[in-house]
Amino acid sequence: MRAPADSDIAAGEILLSIENVSLSFGGVRAIRDVSFDIKKGEVRAIIGPNGAGKTSMLNVINGFYQPQQGRITFKGETRTKMRPYDAAHGGIARTFQNVALFKGMSALDNIMAGRTLKMRRGLLWQLLRIGPALNEEIVHRHRVEEIIDFLEIQAIRKVPVARLPYGLQKRVELGRALAMEPDLLLLDEPMAGMNLEEKEDMSRFIIDVNDHFGTTIALIEHDMGVVMDLSDRVVVLDHGVKIADGTPDEVKRNQNVIDAYLGVAH
Amino acid sequence: MASSAHAPADTFPKLLVRNARMFGNRPAMRHKDLGVWQTLTWAQLLDDVRAYAVGLHRLGLRRGDTMAIVGANRPRLYASVMAAQMLGVIPVPVYADAVAEELSYVLAHAEVRFAAVEDQEQVDKILSVSDRLPKLETMVYDEKRGLRDYDHTRLHAMEDVIAAGRKALAEDASLAAWLDAEIAAGKGSDTSIILYTSGTTGQSKGVVLSAERCIGAGSDTVAFDKLTERDAALAYLPLAWVGDHYLNYAQGLIAGFCMACPESGDTAMADLREIGPTFFFAPPRTFEQMLTRVMIRMEDASFLKRQMFHYFIGVARRYGEAILNKQDVALHGRLLYWLGNVLVYGPLKNVLGLSNVRVAYTAGEAIGPDLFSFYRSLGMNLKQLYGQTEAFLYLTAQPDGQIFSDTVGPALPNVDLRIADNGEVQFKSPGQFVSYFKDDAKTKETMTPDGYVKTGDAGFFDSKTGHLKIIDRAKDVGKLVDGTLFPPKYIENKLKFFPNIREVVAYGDGRDFVAVMINIDLTAVGSWAERNNVVYGSYQELAGHPLVYDMIGKNIEEMNRSLAEDKVTAGAQVKRFLILHKELDADDGEVTRTQKVRRGFVAERYAPLIAALYDGSHEADISTEVTFEDGRKGVLSARVKVRDVATVPAAPTMGKAA
Repeated sequence: MRAPADSDIAAGEILLSIENVSLSFGGVRAIRDVSFDIKKGEVRAIIGPNGAGKTSMLNVINGFYQPQQGRITFKGETRTKMRPYDAAHGGIARTFQNVALFKGMSALDNIMAGRTLKMRRGLLWQLLRIGPALNEEIVHRHRVEEIIDFLEIQAIRKVPVARLPYGLQKRVELGRALAMEPDLLLLDEPMAGMNLEEKEDMSRFIIDVNDHFGTTIALIEHDMGVVMDLSDRVVVLDHGVKIADGTPDEVKRNQNVIDAYLGVAH
Repeated sequence: MASSAHAPADTFPKLLVRNARMFGNRPAMRHKDLGVWQTLTWAQLLDDVRAYAVGLHRLGLRRGDTMAIVGANRPRLYASVMAAQMLGVIPVPVYADAVAEELSYVLAHAEVRFAAVEDQEQVDKILSVSDRLPKLETMVYDEKRGLRDYDHTRLHAMEDVIAAGRKALAEDASLAAWLDAEIAAGKGSDTSIILYTSGTTGQSKGVVLSAERCIGAGSDTVAFDKLTERDAALAYLPLAWVGDHYLNYAQGLIAGFCMACPESGDTAMADLREIGPTFFFAPPRTFEQMLTRVMIRMEDASFLKRQMFHYFIGVARRYGEAILNKQDVALHGRLLYWLGNVLVYGPLKNVLGLSNVRVAYTAGEAIGPDLFSFYRSLGMNLKQLYGQTEAFLYLTAQPDGQIFSDTVGPALPNVDLRIADNGEVQFKSPGQFVSYFKDDAKTKETMTPDGYVKTGDAGFFDSKTGHLKIIDRAKDVGKLVDGTLFPPKYIENKLKFFPNIREVVAYGDGRDFVAVMINIDLTAVGSWAERNNVVYGSYQELAGHPLVYDMIGKNIEEMNRSLAEDKVTAGAQVKRFLILHKELDADDGEVTRTQKVRRGFVAERYAPLIAALYDGSHEADISTEVTFEDGRKGVLSARVKVRDVATVPAAPTMGKAA
């Protein structure tokens, strides 16, 4: 699960930068002139009150939304438009706020699906399941088993995900994203709806992913305790505008942030 | 049996060497890694253990030291036990789920210098109490994950220790000879292992077991159940429990069979199916859970399958056990059973992972007769055994063909069992423990002057079968006024096996006769009421219904008949009973949160009812304070009826049992 050899960005250098990005839906301006960057190897949190534009920001990063203005530079390549497929190819993986798995498929198959982009043989070879395609599948399955071991979900390997509790579905989704061996992992509210124990488990997995595989992580989260513990740097959005950016401590002390969260008399 | 072929091995490392020679290419251990079962042959296992032992010796582990083993069933932890024993070091396994407090007590008491642990969790736990463990020097761990950034001056990965040992063995030819001498230096009288009791009664005690006694006991049962190197077992029981050390580790090494370690604690039942063990042990609770799972899934099956299932389970109930016990069964029954085996029993056992089971045991608590005969009727050779850590779990077991749900079998070969005057079971056995570690007072207390070990359990020999029956903890057994033994839990458990009865409290200690208070099971009795047009408005009304009293009275008479079959228990038949107007409830403090009756408290609270049981009256008034779910309190008053039950004269004695 190392970063691909072609990425020559060293840890601590800028992996992704967002410059003056604006996004509107008709008259609604979801993101207004936001700039920030994500450094390789860090855990970067994007926080903000409801409707601040956090998920929109994530969707811009992975190419699901096209911003009307601004530039995105990922691994040194600048572009204004990127399709999700290109983003995935380029090494960006994500999980969703509402779990988006293939409900009828087993946990194993769901995570295998994350390997799709790494398959080199075509559909015909895959259907025949002989020779090179079979060997390739064995290699991919090995990787997937490492992820299953890593996330400690051996017991649910063959269970259809629809039958799993929410916390485990979230874990399978993380597994599928990890299977892509991403350079940048986007997590949209990884702890939403979890109980304390599940949150602790998930926090541990996020730290381990970052630590073990050196994966750069950008996450959106509501639970402030989690955010402050996990992340290296935090960017705060409110009504589509960036109001703070810095280490958790700096952000915590920022008056704009306090106002945004607690509300002020206008 | 293999062990007779060569000079008898009196330590486990010597057995390992023997197995590597005799069964070199046969599997010794299996472990599921990244979803694929990996096999370790006896030759490979010996090779690993030798390298590991050398590696540990280089880290400073010396003969006579103790080494803690903490973690789940993993090949490297079993190898740690073997490597320790190879060096003459005493392994001390500790329950993986022990909290830091318990762990520090055992590690400090056993004075461990080394600890072999599974993963980061255990390392953290031990580090958190390291200030209380001045003797602990070095820890080795199996799973590297998360430990990369730890201070490694006193911490080593097992993998690295083994690799270093292997390198040293390759570089220095004299090392192999030195290790051979170390193995040869091990004597049968050496301490092989110290197993700490789980400590349900006070502080846990370290039970010291010697190698020759462990092997002596293990060899006897391997012969008793005809276990060979072709058998297989799933090692999923806690590593620190005598059951795992005995059934899997000791028997595995003695017979040379393969021990499979589950992928993780959660996957044990799925792994069971993949491995298909031939030798299987599970506590009654596990068998019950398996059955419940089957029953729930049958509810969701199609109509046809459900009918087929219930029909053939009925057939199995009629003929299954008789066929298993090799009794005469009519041809018609045999044919039906054969068909049932093809259509239901075979596939069912396959789903549960029990297809290949040749010998299965259960122990630890009383098993319900229905549950027991369900598995046996499917053709699975499920038997019961009885033992304890102090006996290396080796006292009694049921021989093939002599199976009863309420006995634990006759004494095993070379076991000397006797019943003391107070009903306590005492033994001398091949696997008998040497002493409690650093606790001579306790050791003395447990031994009788003539060298028997007190089990603390009360029991008697069944006069019909000669098998031992365990009835209760010896300290809980009371006496009636005329001196008859009164085992409360035995009576309560017997009654609780009736589906209509949910909870029972028996009285009799210091009284003229035995009387019981009963809680009916609302689900079972309620559905009976529905089927029999008995109308009721509340639990209290149903409990007081004359027909319900009749039904429960019949149940008690039935139990009295079974008690009368034996001279020892005949006097403890129930003479009077009443059905309580409310369920015993943890909110009212009548039962513990784990649903154990708090006998003393109940006796105080229901004193007028107990008085009525013994003064001959047929009704009594009671009012008790109850706590509702929302915390409010109220008073519940009722008039409770008391009934007499017929007793049965004791059966004539059939001669004194063993």
